[in-house]
Amino acid sequence: MSEISNVSRRQFLKLTGIGATGLVLGGFLPGFRPVWAQSGDALSELNLFVSIGSDDLVQIICHRSEMGQGIRTGLPQVVADELMADWQKVRVVQGLANAEYGSQNTDGSRSVRRFYQTMREMGASARTMLEQAAANHWQVSVEEVQAKDHQVLHGKTGRSLRFGELAEAASKLTPPAKEQLKLKSASEFNYIGKDLPIVDMQAILTGSSVYGQDVQLPGMLYASIERTPVVGANVKAVDNSAALKVSGVVDTFVMPAQSEPVLFKPLPGVAVLATNSWAAMQGRKALAIEWTDSPHAAHDSQAYLEVLKGRVKQQGKVVRSVGDAYVGMMNAVDTFEAGYSVPYLIHAPMEPPAATAVFNDGSCEIWACTQTPQSTQQNVANALGIEPGKVKVNVTLLGGGFGRKSKPDFSVEAAILAKHTGKPVKVSWSREDEIQHGYYHAMAAMYFQAGMDETGRVVSWVQRTAFPSISWTFTGTSDEPSSSELDLGFGDLPFALDNLSCESQKAEAHLRIGWVRSVSNIQHGFAIGSFVDELADKLERRPRDMWLELLGDDRLVDPEPEGFKYGNYGESKTVFPIDTARLKGVLNLVADKAGVEKPTAKNEAWGISVHRSFVSYVAVATKVRVEGDKVQVLEMHSAIDAGTVVNPDRVKSQMEGAMIFGLSLAMMGDISVKAGAVEQSNFHDYPLLRINQSPQIHSYIVESSQPPGGVGEPGVPPVAASLCNAIFRASGKRIRDLPISKHMQV
Amino acid sequence: MMKFTLNGKPVSVEAEADMPLLWALRDMLGMTGTKYGCGMALCGACTVHLDGQAVRACTLPMSMVEGKQITTIEGLASDASHPVQQAWQSHNVPQCGYCQSGQMMSAAALLAKYPNPDDKTIDEQMQGNICRCGTYPRIKAAIKTAAKLGAKS
Repeated sequence: MSEISNVSRRQFLKLTGIGATGLVLGGFLPGFRPVWAQSGDALSELNLFVSIGSDDLVQIICHRSEMGQGIRTGLPQVVADELMADWQKVRVVQGLANAEYGSQNTDGSRSVRRFYQTMREMGASARTMLEQAAANHWQVSVEEVQAKDHQVLHGKTGRSLRFGELAEAASKLTPPAKEQLKLKSASEFNYIGKDLPIVDMQAILTGSSVYGQDVQLPGMLYASIERTPVVGANVKAVDNSAALKVSGVVDTFVMPAQSEPVLFKPLPGVAVLATNSWAAMQGRKALAIEWTDSPHAAHDSQAYLEVLKGRVKQQGKVVRSVGDAYVGMMNAVDTFEAGYSVPYLIHAPMEPPAATAVFNDGSCEIWACTQTPQSTQQNVANALGIEPGKVKVNVTLLGGGFGRKSKPDFSVEAAILAKHTGKPVKVSWSREDEIQHGYYHAMAAMYFQAGMDETGRVVSWVQRTAFPSISWTFTGTSDEPSSSELDLGFGDLPFALDNLSCESQKAEAHLRIGWVRSVSNIQHGFAIGSFVDELADKLERRPRDMWLELLGDDRLVDPEPEGFKYGNYGESKTVFPIDTARLKGVLNLVADKAGVEKPTAKNEAWGISVHRSFVSYVAVATKVRVEGDKVQVLEMHSAIDAGTVVNPDRVKSQMEGAMIFGLSLAMMGDISVKAGAVEQSNFHDYPLLRINQSPQIHSYIVESSQPPGGVGEPGVPPVAASLCNAIFRASGKRIRDLPISKHMQV
Repeated sequence: MMKFTLNGKPVSVEAEADMPLLWALRDMLGMTGTKYGCGMALCGACTVHLDGQAVRACTLPMSMVEGKQITTIEGLASDASHPVQQAWQSHNVPQCGYCQSGQMMSAAALLAKYPNPDDKTIDEQMQGNICRCGTYPRIKAAIKTAAKLGAKS
């Protein structure tokens, strides 16, 4: 089904939990559908809804999770524009978890990219039906009427009817066929492309916005869980006697034992249930737990990094090849090689994960700060042995996500404890829990070699990468990067090279591995962006010129004929090709705006990098001052080409945030593991960038009528390279192993 | 029983003397605008005012709150009319919004002490508040706007 449908108000109530009058339309948004949801009726194909009530109120369902990216504003903004609605009369309703929405998984920087067109068609359908209803009422031709400012006008007679007055009549009409829809031209947009403030602003300003940590139910118990410090270990024995003596503690519970694959299952551990958070935490400290052995108990991240660095010096599994890179290297008159590494990282959203659950009569209701309400529904159902339809998931606001909250383990914990106690239970993760028991960004080692001819042109290129795969989390056996991870800034290298070999190497996993904002683009963007700068230095090119030379002529790059099956973020390679002209566009824009080739003060320098990810293009220029071994970031400029932009201010805010997220990880992000356990525990040893370390930031958006690309993640990958390149230019010190804080003061 | 003044009104809670104010506010008084972020006074998400001074509620035991005046985000101005709230709105500061209660409470305390702060003062006074979304440049700009709004009113 690709068209907009007129649906029943009962259906709307089921999906939103709220009543509606007047016109209700449903539309189909393409996306992954869980297997258990595929056998529904025709209406189950609908996943996007808008209602227009007789009171003039337009309700637009946001079925995506809000975590600061502005999606609760951006998507409705698109519908309201085509609808010709008055934004003041638009309300955003958060969708419950429901298979009928299609995938609600809010990750991969795809909400606007995937739904822009359907949202527009939805708005245009409703507008067309309202116009038809008005024309019918006045008994005039529909051509004579026009929707504007929440009303339909009849120009000839000056008559008008409000949307609310037309909604009931419109609801009796059949939605127009897709071909008959007249979408607005870009010049007619009144909301798309405008900086509308976020819909949750007032609530945030007054402290009334509700996040996962804030949910409170009558009679609720507060749970704090001591989880296994080493993945793969289970609870062997527990002494809870001291814990039960703590005032306010009601009960303890041994969480289910687990085996690999780790999936989204809760970690083994012991929960302390109490009448308030503080009592639960105090009780937890009083537990004495003995753990079983784990095959991962010997894991030492520092030693393991050396192993991976050794492996990438050896030829690996070839995933993409042009010409013969090894012959090319032998024929080269000069070669240059370098290795890079990135440590484990953790998300650290300001709100640690939290979920509240109630279990009654075989049904479970959850309130959670989740990026994936449906995966929450499925995993809770599995853990409790009930049908997914018996699990209702309410999505709260998310106090940051960055990928952590698309893993529903914390909701499953709450559900298990709610079933056990028969009472509402809130599981709040502490900061220590969040840092020590997460799904980590994989540590990675990379190796690069370039061969040059007598003119200094790069004629051969070998690149290798090794990191434990996210796939291991799901299989328990995967021991090398998966194709979907090699897609992320590695196999899609956009350089014009006569000879190229892209290779991966083995890497076993010893921690739960997950995705963190921009995923494997983090290590690949850092390594490639650094290596290009190193080549520029060696070959005495300006960095910008080195990039332009490697990117080559304006062209569309398709790695597929070269043996690399490229997923392209799930998008069509025709609609979203790898376009070197757009890479060069953002690079030149940022280099010019920042003035990276102008003279700088002593000890100061610019560094640049550019990267395509999530089908958007971002270049970053960073200026630093290095005094002794003290690094200070002074100024950053970013340019993004994300095609059509719905809310420029939110795109800029995402870019500002991505700069700071990227600086944080490059300067000080470091999770280390000893004897299988994470060593860091809170912001004193896993620091995040603070305001006094934050530079001036300038963000530019390339004007484009191309379809919308991703925005939340693509700003991150070029940051680390641009920063390390700047440090090198300012001090001669080349950082190849992140974080910078291991080598210099930040 | 602990008695103190919360947002101008007398309250009393059945809390242990060593319980941090944060949990009394959130779990016992239902005031969830003040957020948990670290529990160690490292991130500032739980910032409230104790007799007008910015303090971290996550490490402030109830024994030290007894008889004192506490202001939380809910008491800053419930109609968002405080210059800090107005400035936050005009700069579209929040992304996820979770840390912003603490940011605004720190900013309000800063402005009470330094009505016209420069960048250095803002850096010094605000570095205890972490924002993972990276709203720092806007926070800095908004504090300067709030200073101007505050001077007018």
